[in-house]
Amino acid sequence: MRLISAVFLALSLLASPAAAVLPDEVLDDPALESRARELSLELRCLVCQNQSIDDSNAELARDLRLLVRERLVAGDTNEEAMAYIRARYGDFVLLRPPVQRSTYLLWFGPIGIVFAGIAIVIVTSRRRRKNAAAATPSAPLSSTERTRLDAALAREDDNGDRA
Amino acid sequence: MLLAFAALVNAFVTSDFSVLNVAQNSHSTKPMLYKISGAWGNHEGSLLLWALILSLFGAMVACFGRNLPPSLRARTLAIQGMIALGFLAFMLFTSNPFDRILAPPSDGAGLNPLLQDPGLAFHPPFLYFGYVGLSISFSFAVAALIEGKVDAAWARWVRPWTLAAWCGLTVGIGLGSWWAYYELGWGGFWFWDPVENASFMPWLAATALLHSAIVVEKRDALKSWTILLAIVAFSMSLLGTFLVRSGVLTSVHAFATDPERGVFILALLAVTVGGSLTLFAIRAPKLQTTGVFQPISREGALLLNNLFLSAAAATVLLGTLYPLFLDVLDAGKVSVGPPFFNATFGPLMAPVLGAMVIGPFLSWKRADFRQAMQKLWLGVAAAVTAIVLVLILSGVEGILPAVGVGAAVWIICGTLLELADRVKLARVPLTESWRRARRTPRAAYGMTVAHLGVGLVVAGVLGATVFKTESIQNMKPGDTVDVAGYTFTLDRVERLQGPNYQAERGVFRISTDGEQFATVNAERRAYPVEGDTTTEAGIHTTWVADLYAVIGEGSPTAGWTTRIYHNPLVPWICLGTIVMSLGGVISLTDRRLRIGAPSRRRAPTGGSSSPAPAPAE
Amino acid sequence: MRRLLYFLPLVICLGIALFFYRGLDLNPRDLPSALINKPAPEFSLPALPGRDIQRADDGLARTDLTTGKPVVVNVWASWCIPCVAEHPLVDRLAKREGVTVHGINYRDRPDAAAAWLKRLGDPYAKVGKDESGRVSIDWGVYGVPETYVIDGNGVILYRHAGALSPEILERKILPLVKGAG
Repeated sequence: MRLISAVFLALSLLASPAAAVLPDEVLDDPALESRARELSLELRCLVCQNQSIDDSNAELARDLRLLVRERLVAGDTNEEAMAYIRARYGDFVLLRPPVQRSTYLLWFGPIGIVFAGIAIVIVTSRRRRKNAAAATPSAPLSSTERTRLDAALAREDDNGDRA
Repeated sequence: MLLAFAALVNAFVTSDFSVLNVAQNSHSTKPMLYKISGAWGNHEGSLLLWALILSLFGAMVACFGRNLPPSLRARTLAIQGMIALGFLAFMLFTSNPFDRILAPPSDGAGLNPLLQDPGLAFHPPFLYFGYVGLSISFSFAVAALIEGKVDAAWARWVRPWTLAAWCGLTVGIGLGSWWAYYELGWGGFWFWDPVENASFMPWLAATALLHSAIVVEKRDALKSWTILLAIVAFSMSLLGTFLVRSGVLTSVHAFATDPERGVFILALLAVTVGGSLTLFAIRAPKLQTTGVFQPISREGALLLNNLFLSAAAATVLLGTLYPLFLDVLDAGKVSVGPPFFNATFGPLMAPVLGAMVIGPFLSWKRADFRQAMQKLWLGVAAAVTAIVLVLILSGVEGILPAVGVGAAVWIICGTLLELADRVKLARVPLTESWRRARRTPRAAYGMTVAHLGVGLVVAGVLGATVFKTESIQNMKPGDTVDVAGYTFTLDRVERLQGPNYQAERGVFRISTDGEQFATVNAERRAYPVEGDTTTEAGIHTTWVADLYAVIGEGSPTAGWTTRIYHNPLVPWICLGTIVMSLGGVISLTDRRLRIGAPSRRRAPTGGSSSPAPAPAE
Repeated sequence: MRRLLYFLPLVICLGIALFFYRGLDLNPRDLPSALINKPAPEFSLPALPGRDIQRADDGLARTDLTTGKPVVVNVWASWCIPCVAEHPLVDRLAKREGVTVHGINYRDRPDAAAAWLKRLGDPYAKVGKDESGRVSIDWGVYGVPETYVIDGNGVILYRHAGALSPEILERKILPLVKGAG
């Protein structure tokens, strides 16, 4: 096990986050190059700790960067180029997890949490409002009470508060 | 505790290599600052730092909490003590920083060069201050649950401690991010790395907690939520500790991992979090709430804030743990990287950023939304103008950058408008406004400053991600390259010797319109002891942008790989973080918070000790 | 009903703790091959000059994997330290167990690779040299060494990333080779 770590450590170049994309990799066509950079940001460097191939200067990262550019120059669409790499390395190489059954929980989780939160709030506040309404009488204010209320609110205003 | 820590630092300072920890992490040629910071730049030493700060905070509660009700103080300190016990046991049994080597080596293995840096030297202490400070909020929450009572007084006690922790955490995260920016060589500042996330989740929870506690204090509502947030915030801190040291997730931050340690921390985590959540489940339903409010109200805005901040924290947790989740279930291996987090986190924060500006304009219990928005029309107009301008003028594609700029403008304008409205600027004579400004409680200024900081950070993040310009090329001395209107000339490449490294330095002259105005040095350093190389970017900041140069490998004959960046608004990320913390500190200096719960026996003197109605912040 | 809701945080927390507990035994960096139970990629690699075992048809191609007999393919390089460590096991596989082991020389200098084989011994039936690493990418190689078990029809049955160990040999590789034969 430790040997494996040694291999990957040797290849990972974790501690030398120096140059990533090198000048000789840059494509002549700026549109293709910017697509290549976009795609590189979505591909994981498999021998690094959490870096994309765009950010890493590991040898494998460079190989994959060149491969992506090759595919784009050969006419692949973005999806085709990604599929090419994914076919060889599996879902793990994609930094954006694909939306499939195993990741529904991941992608729909956030919005689900929000809705669950809203539901909880509505349910608990409805109960609370029912309790509060039952507890407090709802007689209207008399005129003297109203004057006192307005005066109190005006005083609050003085302290820089909102009424 | 202090003695123990001092002893460890001393061992590092004197390069005592008979101590295993020192031998593994230090070297005699290391600069002194890093000898000291090396004490906490490793697993065992950092635990000692944790324990030290834990006990310091406990001591502070004992000292400054003199006007806490005795039962609350006693229970809080007891819980604090139990947590400290857990950490001490952990150190004693698995991670002793003082282990000796019988045959001390003549010199040490050195410290990872990446850690030999001022930003990173101070990053852990600030972070730990934050993490551990949250333990106080946690202890307060658990004590309140035991007592069965959560009231305005409790909220008043909890807020200063949470605020202090939050400030520390903000600075700690900011330092880490800033370090990544100038050290890692391409201007990135946040990578959604599991350990980064582990510091961000407590921050999100602590922010929610701070705001939620306001409602408990002012309106006696949102109690369960606030207690839960206090428990969750500290749990996230502990979770971070676990993630960094257990090897369960891949991360650039991970200390050397050891399953035995992992099990111990997991047990600590399970007992602390499990115990408190069980207590929560049993006691929280009994908490009485008297405050009722309409959805459109300040409480409503704060509740929305709570909801989305919590959802954001939960989303970060989900994304960080999902690969592990699938792996354990044997359902495949996926990576959850920046694309996922960027896609989900942004939308979740949008309502928070909106509520942040509108909320202060809403009154308690029941508010007039239209009236609030009328006061904000200038902010809306400014934001819309900004969006349109960006869409037309900037060359950037897509609507999101424009929306982002709009958000930043909205926040900054809206926050300033709130202050203007509070002092009734332009509606009353200037002297009257000044009088109102002087009487505004410090906590209100704290809010304004902190929210402004958020706006700055949003603007900075946009500049860094969307509006930056990059240029990659090969250069020889004398070559020039143009980036975003600035001309960079590689003047020369020289070699130099540092205290424990050799470096190749590229000197760049920067000029615009033919006039030179700056020089930056970009270096590649090789550390012979550790066998690593690092890059140091040459950065010149105009405070609205950074000009950033990196030198890679090369030779006099072939030239050198250089990367030049123009990063607009990036300094504002760091600036914004500092401003946010400043806001927190300003709030802390508000005497009302430090005096604590109002005493009903004192006659209202119309100042800081008046019990009600308490001015809003 | 509302009471149960308060237990939700605890339940979630315990669930997460359980996952962590199981996760402590796993290695987050282990990457399963995307080609398991799929045919090996189409490829053809030139021979490594300087090998002691001179054969006219040296070099490695997909046709060598569809001979009807299961084979093992080992990806190695002279600059790879764990490859030295696992070499005795590759040797054992080829010589003592009688398994056909082919080699892919990954991103190496041919003279260094040949010298390495001369120094440590050459267990491989055929060796293809992949100086650019492109063919290895087609195999989904992400580090060296890696070892693949291929059945007689060219389908990849198993991939081990990292140095071999006796347990892996005995528990995974040998049974598959014998079973597929």
